[in-house]
Amino acid sequence: MSARSGLERTLLGGKFAVTAEIGPPKSASAESVRRHAHEMKGSADAFNLTDNQTAMSRMSSIACAAVLIQEGLEPVVQMTCRDRNRIAMQSDILGASALGVRNVLCISGDHQTFGNMKEAKNVYDVDSVQELMILRKMRDEGRLWSGDELETAPELFLGAAANPFADPFEFRVTRLAKKVKAGADFIQTQSIYDMDRFERWMALVRARGLHEKVHILAGVMPLKSHKVALYMKNKVAGMMVPDTVVERLKSAKDAKEEGIRLCVEQIEHLRTIEGVKGVHIMAMAWEEKVPEIVKRAGLRP
Amino acid sequence: MMRILAFCCERGPGEAIDLAGEKRMRYPADLTLIQVPCAGRVDVAHLLKAFREGADAVVLVGCLEGNCHHIYGNIEGRKKVDRAKQILDEVGLGGQRLEMFHVASNQPFRIAELAAEMASRVERLGPNPLAVKE
Amino acid sequence: MIIGEQKRLEEISGMLDGHRGILIAGCRSCVAICLAGGEKEVAVMAESLRLISSLRGKGWEIEEAMVERQCEKEWVAELRPRIEGKDCVLSLACGVGAQTVQAMYPRVRVLPGLNTSNMGAPEESGIFVEKCGGCGDCVLHLTGGICPIARCAKSLLNGPCGGSQGGKCEVSPDTPCAWEEIYHSLESLGRLDLLEEPIPPKSWLPARDGGPRRIVRKEAVLTEEQKRLKGGKA
Repeated sequence: MSARSGLERTLLGGKFAVTAEIGPPKSASAESVRRHAHEMKGSADAFNLTDNQTAMSRMSSIACAAVLIQEGLEPVVQMTCRDRNRIAMQSDILGASALGVRNVLCISGDHQTFGNMKEAKNVYDVDSVQELMILRKMRDEGRLWSGDELETAPELFLGAAANPFADPFEFRVTRLAKKVKAGADFIQTQSIYDMDRFERWMALVRARGLHEKVHILAGVMPLKSHKVALYMKNKVAGMMVPDTVVERLKSAKDAKEEGIRLCVEQIEHLRTIEGVKGVHIMAMAWEEKVPEIVKRAGLRP
Repeated sequence: MMRILAFCCERGPGEAIDLAGEKRMRYPADLTLIQVPCAGRVDVAHLLKAFREGADAVVLVGCLEGNCHHIYGNIEGRKKVDRAKQILDEVGLGGQRLEMFHVASNQPFRIAELAAEMASRVERLGPNPLAVKE
Repeated sequence: MIIGEQKRLEEISGMLDGHRGILIAGCRSCVAICLAGGEKEVAVMAESLRLISSLRGKGWEIEEAMVERQCEKEWVAELRPRIEGKDCVLSLACGVGAQTVQAMYPRVRVLPGLNTSNMGAPEESGIFVEKCGGCGDCVLHLTGGICPIARCAKSLLNGPCGGSQGGKCEVSPDTPCAWEEIYHSLESLGRLDLLEEPIPPKSWLPARDGGPRRIVRKEAVLTEEQKRLKGGKA
């Protein structure tokens, strides 16, 4: 089986992969996307475009992906289950594929009460596991979920998210196994600050042999200040930030530099963990730092 | 003439009133007393109806916390007073006109105290617009 | 049971504007249990509205009535003498009850005094929690007796999502994560195996998504002959 995307090619070749994230703008102009594309070109194998993150309308992930392709970068389209039903999902995937998208991340999506249009109707026709099943059928059988034959099947490299820091801990690996069964080819985890917990999770993953069935990319997020760390700790669902991290940033002379240094250290450590095939860098509102992080961690060029 | 209606539990508060009477203690003549077996027996509808009939203020007098003969009738009474206060605020009469007090059998002076407290609230809020004119 | 909550007095007051003869109709069934439309609640509503009427000169004449179950025509029929002469009914029953009254008395305006919310049960005195998603295709046997449609904020069938932390849903610290509860229930039942296989996309056709539902118990439907024999009354 030949690689369906550059990201897959990198992983199959045994190289430590790097993915990064670009946040779509609240704008009808894709200017900021192009700007980030220029800043970050070459620093990662593929770039995630979030999908209406925290349930606030932004330029669509697929539209931004099309722009990235124009700029010569490889996108990862994120598609949540919150805003579209199976009919719209399959339609969007056909369109995305026609525009050159190959990598798709299937996620549940933050509940709309997180955003500022809480009154909106909740879709959740399917969940992220079911989304994987649908997309895999389109790719492998060339059929829609209804059974309709597709004239041309999409080429897809399917991803899912995993959160070693959510509960119940004992069940997280079973859920990962479920995602793999449903069709996940690669996994991007939630940002890691509690390295111990992540290592325990990886041990369970390896015990089930999952690290050989799916490519796991460990998530990291550089923190600008102890205030951002506290926000992540207290206000963002599913994140675990130890007090030691908050303290380290608080007592640093240059918090930003400390944040970058911490991120680089984390990446260097993650490379040593068996089963971790790459790293996913989420530099929220700090996209321009990704090339520096990647260079200092010795990942690229 | 100010009209204050007091629903009084016949136990603690009832005995305090008797004692006040024996000691010839004075309390405002416009305090109308209604004895009930327990403060918890009074319904929200009764409290509201008292205002519809023209009361300027209403009090529910129960036993001290922990002393209720019916275990927690005074707690139930408190909850009903809170609910009625909320409604009185919503209709625009003012929840301040209604209050719950706890009085023990050996506290006859508390009756005059609570009457004075409510009288001063009525002074501040004005008479009940629905009061029947004498 | 069906759970509802009273609308705010200001909203009800606005709806009653322009009306005069008002009958407040409660129900002794679900809404009595969730303390929204039972006898005491009807009495309090009547007193509250009478106060508003007197204070604001609305001229409302308010009466109170109780119905055994407001969703059943036989019982709603008993309201006829009480509705005579009224120009409006304020129903404190659930939306089903209010609609039944309106259908039976098409010339008297029926106003909803409640916001009907969900299908649930009392958790403890005074606290009512949503339990059933009414999806028309029950999967409780797969989830240890816990409804993922109603009790998971995202109605996941392969939960939990990444927002589950400390046993709580990301939506609110008051909301338990249904999938954490499902996990523990299946654990107690010794059936964690039910969580191994991915559950495929659900058919929402039997749910409200497929259109308003109509269920027929054929054996109880009267034939034309029977209806004729009964004198036209079904």
